[in-house]
Amino acid sequence: MINKYIPSVKDAVVDIFDGATVMIGGFGEAGSPIELIHALIDQGAKNLTVINNNTGSGHVGLAALIENGQVGKMICSFPRTANSTVFPDLYTAGKIELELVPQGTLAERIRAGGAGIPGFYTATSVGTVLADTKEHRTFDEAAFSGKQYVLEKAITADFSLIKAHQADRYGNLTFNKTARNFAPIMAMAATTTIVQTSNQVEVGEIDAEHVITPGIFVNRIVTVSNPMQESKLIAKGVSYP
Amino acid sequence: MNHIIENKQTGWDRSQMAQRAAQDIPDGSYVNLGIGIPEQVAKYVPSGREVIYHTENGLLGMGPTPEVGCEDPELINAGKKAVTAIKGAAYFHHGDSFAMIRGQHIDICVLGAMQVAQNGDLANWSTGSKNAIPAVGGAMDLVAGVKTIFIITQHVTKNGEPKLLEQCSFPLTGQGVVNRIYTDLAVIEVTNKGFELLELAPGVDFETVKVKTAANLIDSRLANKE
Repeated sequence: MINKYIPSVKDAVVDIFDGATVMIGGFGEAGSPIELIHALIDQGAKNLTVINNNTGSGHVGLAALIENGQVGKMICSFPRTANSTVFPDLYTAGKIELELVPQGTLAERIRAGGAGIPGFYTATSVGTVLADTKEHRTFDEAAFSGKQYVLEKAITADFSLIKAHQADRYGNLTFNKTARNFAPIMAMAATTTIVQTSNQVEVGEIDAEHVITPGIFVNRIVTVSNPMQESKLIAKGVSYP
Repeated sequence: MNHIIENKQTGWDRSQMAQRAAQDIPDGSYVNLGIGIPEQVAKYVPSGREVIYHTENGLLGMGPTPEVGCEDPELINAGKKAVTAIKGAAYFHHGDSFAMIRGQHIDICVLGAMQVAQNGDLANWSTGSKNAIPAVGGAMDLVAGVKTIFIITQHVTKNGEPKLLEQCSFPLTGQGVVNRIYTDLAVIEVTNKGFELLELAPGVDFETVKVKTAANLIDSRLANKE
């Protein structure tokens, strides 16, 4: 019998190792798997490379993971956000590495990684400093002629931490509104995809036509019934741990 | 609504710039609005036109700001502000969202600018300062992928320095990408001849705009009358 549910967030992240590459879903607080991130803080793995669109806010969730000294490198598109001081301070002090990637290129590099495509060409960033060291080429095909493109390489990860709205024991997932963002592509791009959900449902409850992430991309699921909300924690001045 | 046309006015304010840009968005367009003044464009689409707004964090059919107390932290725009979804809206993941952009499915993108050059180069993500934390977001994807790029910006900086230039001094977001610029003083088209003035704001004359533009400015209004 397939049952990807496991008892606790602690069990879910137990084997994340020092030096691992970890994708973390979310766009700002929307879709951020805070409970899984806090479990990773408790677990203590160090020198992580983390992929997220941002770098977290306040002193909870991703910002707390960075503040706890567990992240050696961030790959992201927008490391500045309201209430975001942890990453900027460490970056300015030269204590954390940054790979800045345009948001759509970041998404496609993740998607490519999950789809078994080692690289692709895009017009994004051509003529900018972000393309300085990249391979350029042109194409003759009518739809793409007359423009320069740069080679972008796929990103894969050892682990993905994402938040879903509903999950069944096969790992079929749905998401809530714009909390979906990077989660489905990150689920595809990691060796081990770990999901937190507030709605454990029976197999068959999610109509097959409405499954957003098919269970094949999911390895572990943990129920977090009442997930914390990052902005509320920040408003209360909460720091984790 | 028609407060654009009033006497004794000099130039357009922020809302009026957004309102002016909104007039140039055709019925049926799919439009991405950048953060800042561009966000206001949605309020001013002329009645009778149906426009679908895309926000790159995964929503087509973005609606107005919710009423206070009705915000949903999982329904936000690219600026991470609470929004609503219209009837007929669609959610999707980031891969699909940027396929809409990169694949040229979005018709118009309205963005802010730090600098625009006469060949359409745009700088709007970084001043190149060594102390700044670099942050690019989706700006480079949007200008590379969207068919038509509108810019809404003040004509000069807070210090009075021109933002419309022969060449950008800040790091570029994209090369030759800007189509049209809406400033507090004028509407300017970027053509293969350079900046061409299409329209002046109320109470503004051509010489004023020319002086505040650090590149050649062609008066297209004359050409169009001939």
